[in-house]
Amino acid sequence: MDSPGDKWVGQSLPRFEDAALLTGRGRYFDDCGAPPGTLHAAILRSPHGHALIEAIDTAAARALPGVAAVLTGEDIRTSTTSLVVGVKAPMECWPIAVERVRYVGEPVVLVVATDRYVAEDALDLIEVRYTPLPAVTDPVVALTPEAPVLHDGLKGNLASERRFRYGDPEAAFASAAHRIAIDVTYPRSACTPIECYGVLADYDPGEDSYDVFANFQGPFSIHAVIARALRVPGNRLRLRTPPDSGGSFGVKQGVFPYIVLMAAAARACGRPVKWVEDRLEHLAASSVATNRVTRLEAAVTADGIITALDWDQLEDCGAHLRAPEPATLYRMHGNMTGAYAVRNVAIRNRVVLTNKAPTGLNRGFGGPQVYFALERLVQRIALTLGLDPLDVIRRNLVPTSAMPYRTASGALLDSGDYATAMETALREGRHDELLRRRDAARAEGRPYGIGYTAVVEPSVSNMGYITAVLTPAERKRAGPKNGAQATATIQCDAVGSVSVHVASVPQGQGHRTVLAQVVADELGLRPQDIRVVTDIDTAKDAWSIASGNYASRFAPAVAGVARIAAQQLRTRLQRIAAPLLNVPPDDVVLAHGKLHARGNADNALPFARVASSPHWAPGTLPAEDSAPLRETAWWTPPELTAPTEADEVNSSLCHGFIFDFCGVEVDRVTGQVRVDRYVTMHDCGTVLHPGMVAGQVTGGFAHALGAALYEAHSYAPDGSFQTGTFADYLVPTVMEVPAPLILHHESPSPFTPLGAKGVGEGNCMSTPVCIANAVADALGLHDVSLPLLPATLARHLHGAEPGAPAVAPPQGERTLRGEGEARVAAPREKVWAMLLDPEALMAIIPGAHAIQRTSPTAYRAEVTLGIGPVKGRYRVTLSLADLDEPSALTLSGSAAGALGFGQGRGQVTLREADGSTVIAYHYEAAVGGKVASIAGRLLDGATRVIIGQFFAALARQAAPRQPWWQRLLHRLGLHA
Amino acid sequence: MPRLSAAQRHTIRFTLNGQPVQGEAEPRLLLTDFLRHVLGATGTHVGCEHGVCGACTVQIDGSPARACLTLAVQVEGSDIRTVEALAPAPGRLSILQEAFRRHHALQCGFCTAGILMSLDAFLRAQPDADEAALRDLLSGHLCRCTGYAPIIAAALDAAARLRETAHA
Amino acid sequence: MKPPKFDYVSAETLDEALATLRAEGEGARIIAGGQSLLPMLNMRLARPAVLVDIMRIAALAETTKQNGTLRIGAGVRQATLQAHPNLHPLLAAALPWVGHAQTRSRGTLCGSVAHADPSAEIPLVLLALQGDILLRSARRTRRVAAADFFIGMMQTARQEDELIEAICLPQPRPGEGYAFREVGRRHGDFAIVACAAVAHEAGVRLAIGGVADHPAARDLPADSAHWPEALDAFAHALPARDDLHATAEYRRQLVRKLGHQVMQEAAACRA
Repeated sequence: MDSPGDKWVGQSLPRFEDAALLTGRGRYFDDCGAPPGTLHAAILRSPHGHALIEAIDTAAARALPGVAAVLTGEDIRTSTTSLVVGVKAPMECWPIAVERVRYVGEPVVLVVATDRYVAEDALDLIEVRYTPLPAVTDPVVALTPEAPVLHDGLKGNLASERRFRYGDPEAAFASAAHRIAIDVTYPRSACTPIECYGVLADYDPGEDSYDVFANFQGPFSIHAVIARALRVPGNRLRLRTPPDSGGSFGVKQGVFPYIVLMAAAARACGRPVKWVEDRLEHLAASSVATNRVTRLEAAVTADGIITALDWDQLEDCGAHLRAPEPATLYRMHGNMTGAYAVRNVAIRNRVVLTNKAPTGLNRGFGGPQVYFALERLVQRIALTLGLDPLDVIRRNLVPTSAMPYRTASGALLDSGDYATAMETALREGRHDELLRRRDAARAEGRPYGIGYTAVVEPSVSNMGYITAVLTPAERKRAGPKNGAQATATIQCDAVGSVSVHVASVPQGQGHRTVLAQVVADELGLRPQDIRVVTDIDTAKDAWSIASGNYASRFAPAVAGVARIAAQQLRTRLQRIAAPLLNVPPDDVVLAHGKLHARGNADNALPFARVASSPHWAPGTLPAEDSAPLRETAWWTPPELTAPTEADEVNSSLCHGFIFDFCGVEVDRVTGQVRVDRYVTMHDCGTVLHPGMVAGQVTGGFAHALGAALYEAHSYAPDGSFQTGTFADYLVPTVMEVPAPLILHHESPSPFTPLGAKGVGEGNCMSTPVCIANAVADALGLHDVSLPLLPATLARHLHGAEPGAPAVAPPQGERTLRGEGEARVAAPREKVWAMLLDPEALMAIIPGAHAIQRTSPTAYRAEVTLGIGPVKGRYRVTLSLADLDEPSALTLSGSAAGALGFGQGRGQVTLREADGSTVIAYHYEAAVGGKVASIAGRLLDGATRVIIGQFFAALARQAAPRQPWWQRLLHRLGLHA
Repeated sequence: MPRLSAAQRHTIRFTLNGQPVQGEAEPRLLLTDFLRHVLGATGTHVGCEHGVCGACTVQIDGSPARACLTLAVQVEGSDIRTVEALAPAPGRLSILQEAFRRHHALQCGFCTAGILMSLDAFLRAQPDADEAALRDLLSGHLCRCTGYAPIIAAALDAAARLRETAHA
Repeated sequence: MKPPKFDYVSAETLDEALATLRAEGEGARIIAGGQSLLPMLNMRLARPAVLVDIMRIAALAETTKQNGTLRIGAGVRQATLQAHPNLHPLLAAALPWVGHAQTRSRGTLCGSVAHADPSAEIPLVLLALQGDILLRSARRTRRVAAADFFIGMMQTARQEDELIEAICLPQPRPGEGYAFREVGRRHGDFAIVACAAVAHEAGVRLAIGGVADHPAARDLPADSAHWPEALDAFAHALPARDDLHATAEYRRQLVRKLGHQVMQEAAACRA
C-alpha cells in the first residue's frame, strides 16, 4: 500500500478494523467490562397485549439474596419525566409501564442484582396481577369507534393526521384517461443486529449527573430526549459508546428508553447498573419498522404517464409514539413520487397506535413502505393498460436534463441519469436472456416471473423533515428546524502523527478505513499513518443533534466533513511550511509524507516536522498558526432548508437511484420462492470504497430478501406476540440468499464534498417490491402481501383442497378448539360428585398443589402444568356452571403464571354406557404470554395434551384400579 | 462424580486454546458466560442464547458447537478452542482470517468468531469441501451485515489456499 | 435468558444415573447433548431439580450391530453416527436435516427421540423403519416399538424413572428402497412436513412428521395408482394444525404431493 496511485479514495483497501475483529479483540459493549460493584439488571415484561396492572407483589423478589433493588413504573416515574412525544397530542411515553401495559414485552418491573442469573431468579418471584383489556393490533380496526383506546388522553387511537396537496391533483384526476389504484399492507420487520442492546449507567449524586455507556447509534438529538427524561441539563448526561458495535441498521437508536431506565436504576441503587438485552427481549420489545396500510391511486394517461398520485397512508407506530416517530412516515415526504416526474400529489398521512411494540429506526426507514405501494402500482398500471412495465417506468422517470430536480413535495433530487442507468442495467444484466429464461420455464409448466423496480434512495436526512407532521402554524410556534450538522476533528500530535475523530458511531461499516483514505489523500500521507476514532463521548467530543450513524449519512456527510477538516489542516500546514520552503502557501504540495515546493520535490520538509512544530516551537510561528494543529470542521448543507409554508420538504440532501430487476421461480409443490437472478443497478454518486459499497448492497439485499420472503413480527388479534425467537422470526441464512449482480452508474452529487451519496438502505426499499412484482408475474396474482408465505402461494398453485374441512379457522386466530371422549368404569354419579369435590379435583388437576373452594362451584388452585420438560407453576381458577346433574356442566377456567396465561371453557357431558360413563368434552381455549411468544409452534399441541391430561386424570381417579384406561385415554383424549 | 449443588460454585477445569484453565461456576452457568466473564475470553460472542444464530460457536474437542447450548460443567476436562487461538502469532492472521479480510467477509464482526470456528474445524476435516458443503455448514450461522456472498467467497478462497499450503 | 438453578450429576455408570432418576422422580432430567434441553433451560421453560449427565458413561456411547439391527446408545452423537460406515440409507438421508452441523456435533439420536418434537427427523425415521426404543430403569428393562412410543406433543411412553438406553434400527433389507424429504421455511428449520418412505415388494410404508402431534406412519399399497386416494385419506386422518409458518391445509397438501414424490423415489431406489 505504499504507492497511492492517484488517490486512496476509490480503492478497496483492506479494512483497518478487521485485524481486531478477526482475532477476538473487538471491543463491543459487553467486552468492555464494568466498574467494581456494578449491579446487573433484568426486566419483567408484560405477557399481555393490553391490561391494567392491578398489583405488583415484589416482596419475595426483594428478599432474595443478591437482589439490590426491585423497581416498578411508579418508582421510575418519581425520578424521571415522560419521554417527549413528537406530535402535539395529550399522551405520555414511559420507558416502563405505568398503571397499564400496552404491548407484549413492555417492561413492568426492573430487578437489579449481583448478577444476571440472580436477577432473573428474582423475576420469577414477582407476582403481577393484571386485568386484561381488549387489545387491538390491526391499524384499520384501531381507528374504528369500537376499538379499545390505548391512551386515555386521546379520543381514539389516531395520534396524528395531516393532509398535503401539491400541484393540482384534483384537476389531474378529473381529466385522467385512467384512474388506477392499489391497496397494500406492509408488515413489520426488523434488521435484528446479532449484538443486542447494552447499557451501563452510573449516577453521581454530588454533581447530579449521569454517566452512561451504551451501544446507542444516534441520532444524538435523542441525547436531549434522554437528558430531559432524566431531569438534567445536557452537560450532566455524559453518553459514551463502545469502539465496536455488533450491527445496528437503525435498531440501536431504540436503546434510549433503556438508557433512561438504567440511569434511573443506578440512581436508585447508588451503584452502576448494567443491562445486556437478550434475544427474547430484543425480538419482543426493542425496535421495529412500522407496518403500514396504504391506498395509492394514480391518474394515468392512455400511454401510461402518471399525472397525479393520491396517497392515503395509515402508519402503525405501535403502543407508544417513541422519538423520533412518526419520522418513518415523513422521512420519504419529499420523495413520494419516487423516481418519477409527477407534478400533482395529494397525501393523507395518519398515525395510529396499536397494542404492538413501539417502532423506530430500521434500515430503509420509510422507504420499503412507500415503494411497495408505488412500484406495485406501476406494475398494476402496466397490466391494466397492457403495457410493458419497463415502458411505464421509462415514460415516467425524471429526465436527466431536469437535474437537479425539485419534486412536487419539495425534495431536490441532486443528480442522476436514471434512463441511462436503467438501460445499462438491462443490457449488462442480460434482461433479454432473462425473458427467454422465463419463456422456457413457463413452457415446462414452471411458474417463473420477472419483477422490476425503480427507486430513489434518500440519504442525509434534514433534521427538519419530521416537523412536517406539524401544521405550518405549529411549526412557526416551535421555531424552524432544518439542516444536518456533521463534524470532524483532525489533530497532529507532538511527533506530527495524525488523529481523526468523528461522531459517526459506526456499526460495522468500516468508517475508520474510509476516513483514513479521505484524510490521507488531503495530507499526502498513507492511510495506515492516520488513526481514526469513531466512538463518541458527549462530554469531550464535537457533536450535534445530527451526529450518529443513520440515514446513510456517512459517505456524503461525515466523510465529506472529514475532507473539509483535512483541507483546513492542510491550509495551515501550507502556511507554516511556505516560508521554510520559500514559496507561496498555494505552492506547497503535500505528498508522500512530505511538504515540498510545487515543481521541486527536493525542496521538501518531512510532514512530521511541520505538523509537530506548533508543539515544540510556537514562538517561531506567526501568531495565527502558533496553536497546535487541531481542526474541527462543521458542515451542514444549505439545501436542507426548513419545510415551507406550503409544506414542501427537502427531506434529504442526496438521492441515489436504483433500478432492479429479478427473475424468480415458485416451486409447484411447496410454493417456495427461489430468486433465480437479481440485478441491482446503483447510482450512489462517487464510490469511496468499492468493496464496502458492495458490502452495503449485498447486506441490504439480504435484509430485503428476508423482509420479502421470511421475516415478520407477528401478533395474534388478542395482542399475543408470536415471533419471540430466532426459530420463529426467520432470518435468512446463507442457503436462502443468492448473490445479486451489482452494477454502478456514478453521478456525483453536486451537494456533498466528495460527490458521494448514501448507499446502505436502497435495496431495503427496492428489493421487497421487486421480488413481490416478480412473484405476482409468475403466478398472475392481483394482490401480494409480504412475507410471501409458501402456504399462501401453494394455495394459489394447488387450488382448493379436495375434501377440505368446510370452515377453515381464520388465520392468526389464537383460539384453540378441540374435543375428546373418555370412558370411565364408574357410574355417572361418582364422576359427577368428583367434579364438585375439591379433594377429588385436587387429585384430578395434574400437578395441583393447593385447592380452595371459593364458592360452591368455584375453585382456586396452585398448579404445576407442563409437557415433557416444559413445566411451569400457575394460579388457576375453575368454575362450574350450567349444572345439569348428573349429565352436563360447563367448566370454565383460567391460568396465569410465569410462562403465560390461558383461558378456556369446556362443555362436559356424562353419558352412561354399559355400566361405565362416557365423558365427552369439547372446549375452546386461548393461551398467550411467554410460551405463545417463544414456543408457539408447540402451543396448541401442548394445550391439547394438558386438557387431555385433566380428563385422563379424571378417569384414573374415578376408576383407580383400571390402569389400562390410562393408555386408552391417552389415545382417545389426545386426539382433540 | 459427586452431585454438584445448585447453590454453590464448583471448580471447572479444561484446556482453552492449548492452556489449562480453571474457574468457579454454578452448575447452571453457560459456557458462553464462563468463557467471557469468568475467563475473560470475550472473543466468543452471544447473539441469541437459544442455539440459532451461531455467534457463540466454539470448538469442543475439535468439533464446532454452540457455547450457549453448553453448560460450563459439561466441558470439564475438554479441549476448547475459541477465536483467540486462530492467529499464528500476534499481529498476524491465519489463512482463513486473511481471506475474510481480503474478501470483506465481515462488517460489524460480531458473528465472525463463530463462523471462523466452524470453518476452521470443517476445513481441517474436509479440505476438499465444495461450495454446497460450505453453504450447508454456514447455514448454522446468521450474519446480518454481509449478505453472505463475501463469506462464501472467503471460505472458498481459504479452502483453496489451505490445500495449496498442505501440498507445498 | 439464563437457566434456573439445578443440581448436576455427571454419572459415571448407568446404575448411578438410574438411581438418581429413581430417587428424584420428575425433578430429574437426563442431559446428553443438551441441544433440545438447553434452549428450554435458557428460556426457563424447564425447571429440573437435577440434571443427570450421561455422556461420561462409556457403555452408552456405543453403536453396535447385532441380529440385523443397529443399536445406537444414548451417548452417541448425531455427528458421530453421520460418520459411521454403512449407515442405514434412510438415516443417512435424514441426519443432515437434523439441526445444523454445530448442533449435531453435540446432540444425540436418543436425545432427539426422548424429546419427541413432532417435527423431528430421527423419531420419524425410527417410526418408518419400525425400530424400537430400549428403556431402562432401576427396576426393569423394556423394549417399546416406535409406533407405541410417540404418543403426543413431546409425550412418550417413557416413565419418569426410565431413560432411553438405546434405539434399535433394523438393517437395510434387500429389495427395499428408501427416500426422505423435508420442507421447512428455511434450511435447518423445524419441518413443516417431513416424509420418510420405505418401499418394499408388498407396498410402501410412509411416515409423516410435522403434521400431527407426533409422527405417524401408514402402509400403502405397492400399486401407485392407489396412492392419491390413500394419501388423501392419510392427509385427512392426520390432525394437522395451523401455525405461524404454515396452514393445516398446506400440510395436508404436502402430505399428498410431497408424500407421492417421496414414495416414488423410494420405489425407484428399490429397482
